[in-house]
Amino acid sequence: MAQDEQQVLSGLAEIVNEETGVDAADVQPDKSFTEDLDIDSLSMMTIVVNAEEKFGVTIPDDEVKNLTTVGDAVKYIQTAQG
Amino acid sequence: MSTVAKGTGTLQAPVGARYAGMLGVGGYRPERVVTNDEVCTWIDSTDAWIRERTGIVSRRWAAGEETVIDMAEHAAGPALEMAGITADRLSAVIVATVTHTMQTPAAAPILATRLGAKDAAAFDISAACAGYCHGISLASDMVRGGSAEYVLVVGVEKLSDITDKRDRGSAFIFADGAGAAVIGPSDTPGIGPTVWGSDGEKWEAISQRVPWDKIVALQEEEAATGKPADWVAAGAIDATEASTLKMAGQTVFRWAVWSMAPVAQQAIEAAGITAADLDAFIPHQANMRITDAMIKQLKLPADIPVARDIAETGNTSAASIPLAIERMLREQEVPRGGLALQIGFGAGLAYAAQVVRLP
Repeated sequence: MAQDEQQVLSGLAEIVNEETGVDAADVQPDKSFTEDLDIDSLSMMTIVVNAEEKFGVTIPDDEVKNLTTVGDAVKYIQTAQG
Repeated sequence: MSTVAKGTGTLQAPVGARYAGMLGVGGYRPERVVTNDEVCTWIDSTDAWIRERTGIVSRRWAAGEETVIDMAEHAAGPALEMAGITADRLSAVIVATVTHTMQTPAAAPILATRLGAKDAAAFDISAACAGYCHGISLASDMVRGGSAEYVLVVGVEKLSDITDKRDRGSAFIFADGAGAAVIGPSDTPGIGPTVWGSDGEKWEAISQRVPWDKIVALQEEEAATGKPADWVAAGAIDATEASTLKMAGQTVFRWAVWSMAPVAQQAIEAAGITAADLDAFIPHQANMRITDAMIKQLKLPADIPVARDIAETGNTSAASIPLAIERMLREQEVPRGGLALQIGFGAGLAYAAQVVRLP
């Protein structure tokens, strides 16, 4: 079932916090994963796999490079959830 | 008109040993230590960046004239010594490598002759980073199947030959070395069932993009100048897609962790043990981050020693597991006779895992 933007954002923030230690409150839609949150490509992949499990979606490897900001990821997850 | 077989006589079936075991292990690390700082004289990176993303502090590179056969020979000696046999007792020599520079002849017959394994069956296998575990599986089956008594399995690579040393995405990962194991008859089961397979759909995730003839020319340039060649300037590779050994890091990371952890788990179950019975976890030394993520997925008990040889050895593909075993035994991190889970995974994509009793 599709979740609203805030639900996805807070769920994603939890995952990011668990993987990287970044404060969940800092995981905001306008933040860039690499530039602002200092998340490298392998941590990003761990976040992606955990997000797939948590939100019941599939995020192909080729799609990951398009998820620049937290907002991009939230949007992608919401769309994928239908 | 149909033909009829003569139908006379009953074939003799081969008879092997009841069990196979790992009787000896040896390693060879080239003399030259290449630090991250040295790598950073060719690429725009830092020691801290490389350590954080790979866990690699330094690696070994073979000398220019040193071949995979030379390195394999150095690793085979101590493995035979530990096994307590001489090379003339070997009935087969298997070399797992992707960096023997000739398609034919294979490295194994030359190695066998150098070692004094006269008349041994000898062949190479190409399964990249999974090659060593493939070799152990073959050797175990050969011993039990009756086609060999003692088998030498060598994983050896000279990856510095196919690494674009100016590519900031891969120059720091790959390295050189050799590891060897002697497999032979055993009174008790010494090698558990192998869980193996491949996924050719992902073949592009790790692949060599420059043919050997171009690489050889670049090696000659490096030997002449003493400096890493500029592969892009030489036209060997496209500037937009640097690195000859191309690796889609994120794809490989996802596959290695989330697809390989279940394979490792299956190997434990197939061996009839539990993770708590293990004395060591020895995954292919691809990247420390992959190892850490695999441990998390496998939920291994915290007290089980884990191979971290990559820190000072780099990623040596087929050689990484036997090299890690050699170090862990030498440093007494794991006991002789202990149970180790080993898993190789890499280009193909190919993988193989089994639980072995360490020599």
